[in-house]
Amino acid sequence: MQEITENKEFKPLIVAFCCNWCSYAGADLAGSSRLSYPANVKIIRVPCSCRVNPIFILKAFQRGADGVILCGCHPGDCHYSEGNYRTRRRMSLLFSMLNYLGIEKERTRVEWVSAAEGAKFSAVMNDFVKTITALGENKKLEDLRCKSKN
Amino acid sequence: MQRIGVFICHCGTNIAATVNVEKVTEALRKEPCVVFADNYQYMCSENGQQLIKNKIKEYNLTGIVVCACSPRMHEGTFRKTAEAAGLNPYMVEIANIREQCSWIHKDIDEATEKAVILGRTAIAKLTLNTPLTAGETGVTKRALVIGGGIAGIQCALDIADAGYEVDIVEKRPTIGGRMSQLDKTFPTLDCSACILTPKMVDCAQSEKIKLFTYSEVEEVKGFVGNFKVKIKKKARYVDETKCTGCGVCMANCPSKKGLNAFNMNLNTRPAIYIPFAQAIPNVAVIDPEQCIKLKTGKCGLCQMKCGVGAIDYTQKDEYVDREYGAIVVATGFKPIDLTNFNEYGYADNKDVITSLELERLMNAAGPTKGVLLRPSDNEHPKVITFIQCVGSRDVSGCGKPYCSKICCMYTAKHAMLIREKYPDTEVHVFYIDVRTPGKNYDEFYRRAVEQYGVDYIKGMVGKVYNENGKLMVQGSNLLDNTQVVIPSDLVVLATAIEPDPSVRDIASKLTISIDTNNFLTEAHAKLKPVECATAGVFLAGVCQGPKDVPETVSQASAAASKVIGLLAKDKLKGNPCVAHSDEMMCTGCSQCARVCPYGAITYEDKTFGRGANATVRRVAVVNPAVCQGCGACTVTCPSGAMDLHGFSSSQILKEIDFICKK
Repeated sequence: MQEITENKEFKPLIVAFCCNWCSYAGADLAGSSRLSYPANVKIIRVPCSCRVNPIFILKAFQRGADGVILCGCHPGDCHYSEGNYRTRRRMSLLFSMLNYLGIEKERTRVEWVSAAEGAKFSAVMNDFVKTITALGENKKLEDLRCKSKN
Repeated sequence: MQRIGVFICHCGTNIAATVNVEKVTEALRKEPCVVFADNYQYMCSENGQQLIKNKIKEYNLTGIVVCACSPRMHEGTFRKTAEAAGLNPYMVEIANIREQCSWIHKDIDEATEKAVILGRTAIAKLTLNTPLTAGETGVTKRALVIGGGIAGIQCALDIADAGYEVDIVEKRPTIGGRMSQLDKTFPTLDCSACILTPKMVDCAQSEKIKLFTYSEVEEVKGFVGNFKVKIKKKARYVDETKCTGCGVCMANCPSKKGLNAFNMNLNTRPAIYIPFAQAIPNVAVIDPEQCIKLKTGKCGLCQMKCGVGAIDYTQKDEYVDREYGAIVVATGFKPIDLTNFNEYGYADNKDVITSLELERLMNAAGPTKGVLLRPSDNEHPKVITFIQCVGSRDVSGCGKPYCSKICCMYTAKHAMLIREKYPDTEVHVFYIDVRTPGKNYDEFYRRAVEQYGVDYIKGMVGKVYNENGKLMVQGSNLLDNTQVVIPSDLVVLATAIEPDPSVRDIASKLTISIDTNNFLTEAHAKLKPVECATAGVFLAGVCQGPKDVPETVSQASAAASKVIGLLAKDKLKGNPCVAHSDEMMCTGCSQCARVCPYGAITYEDKTFGRGANATVRRVAVVNPAVCQGCGACTVTCPSGAMDLHGFSSSQILKEIDFICKK
């Protein structure tokens, strides 16, 4: 264990779900403002944060993601008026379940990033990557059968 | 098996400087289903698009992946390109290797590796894409405006002016709304009736506008472009087509004790009445609660006196079905109920009045014929104290947390008018802040202070109590830190305004969301201020938030222009990325309908199987014209029957797979 956490080469795999209207645009703004964040963050575009089924997050962990972050419009600003409220409720349930299962709750996060918050997007991603790097590899939920043999 | 083409853009050096596009091309060419991969300097250019078109035809491609800038930038462009080459526009996926890769990473190897993963993920998603066709629906070339105040009137006139039919549904017997109750309007002090009534007459005379007064919206079905509305016309007991508005019935009615709501209950009216002289339509209405004939069967005086035989005691509520392409909600406001504010003594003292009551007392057509007399003894008040923010900016829970926006200005107006008409009157105003943003507004307020000598006191009022027939207004003067008591003859409360209570019912019928203060929520606070989240529904006036007349009129015209834009279309093209339900898996549990913000999901009884094995089950049906594709239902569905075109669960899971592939 000791060796792995101290392994400087460890680059966590981060899946970020971003809603099309705010956070994905925020990520674009981070890009056009050249505000960097680590390359191990990969974004999946969804119409609204409420499109993200808790299963998607579990699936990502099963497939070997080390951290999953979900970004949506700020409460009250949802393009679909109330989708992010549903996200908030669903995710707080999921997070407490992950906690119960013994998965570090820091591995998942919900953040509100508006289309104007490129700097916030970049800061959030940097911070998240830092947190996950400190936590180390996700071993508890990763399904070894999903690992490709190479 | 799909035949996928991959096109990688250099974006000049924007991408190519940090991503090795050749390497990405090589890597993606090896992906399953990929039959062609190439890179080009500017994929979005004319030549780049031509390259895509040629390759689609040459390789008979079934789908394309463009690795370029954000889909928010050029997804539409490449969809059109694909469509021009005969491909379904929804068989296009974009891998964002500029904003989310080349621009934020400096290390070429790292960025190239990420670009390959993003490209692979997009290819993987594309293998599960299905051709989608945007549905088209026709548009009923007629609009409905709910509420006949200045917002509704302006909106209807604008729509009619563009050549479209408009119906106004107004719950009161006349159009005109709150503005018809006002005496003068700030900041120019022109008389409200003089500027409003010509517009009311225009509504009545327009061939394009149909008025449904004393009517309510009973039921709304359908969706943008195709609303089906049931309107309830309440029984007036007067034939609208016959009544000439002569007023003989009013003069002869023996039951004269009804409170006159138009005059803020400051005087009475007969059981058969016309709300005010310039009412549109100028037709009488019988209050069934008050009419002796309708209550006891004896009387019938108005019927005997009516020269044209317009009175009909047997009239029943009528229902009218109408179709519309767009709906504007303009239901307006009312002053809040003051029962929670005992400190101002509104309930106990006749001479503590609201500002709207003062409007009626100052109006030439009001209960005092425009002479300012206080309600208790019909005397001229010599000292008048105004109290601002009564129930506004109140976080105690008694009132409203928001600023009602119009009170500072109308109080300045009242103070000025009183000082102008009765220069011997002393006028005091207690205020927290004076808020006058608006063209010529601050100048107006300063005139009240500087020219008319109105005494503005910064501070709140603690209580108003009656002492020997004088109203003692006790408050603080924050500027010199003293307590003041002002013996007054009349106290006027600048009462907070709130949305008309009918708004809740309208909102639920039209699935408009309501905020904590019962104001209707616009689609976007800044960029879509008149649209609703429900397509085809627009907002005008105070139902959306506190507004004065100029702002209300601007918003009404804005809503009208949106309606005209909608009605000008012959066909509405929908977004095909909408939810759909697998009826074999659906259990008809209603969970999805409950989370749908648009009311797009309904239930149908469907027969499954044949003959003896036939069973009838309730299943969800999504109306693609109403669904906006948020996907809330897909996650809520316990049986997994709901899915979203363009962002299906299997597509997202596939993306996860490819991102996590190590």
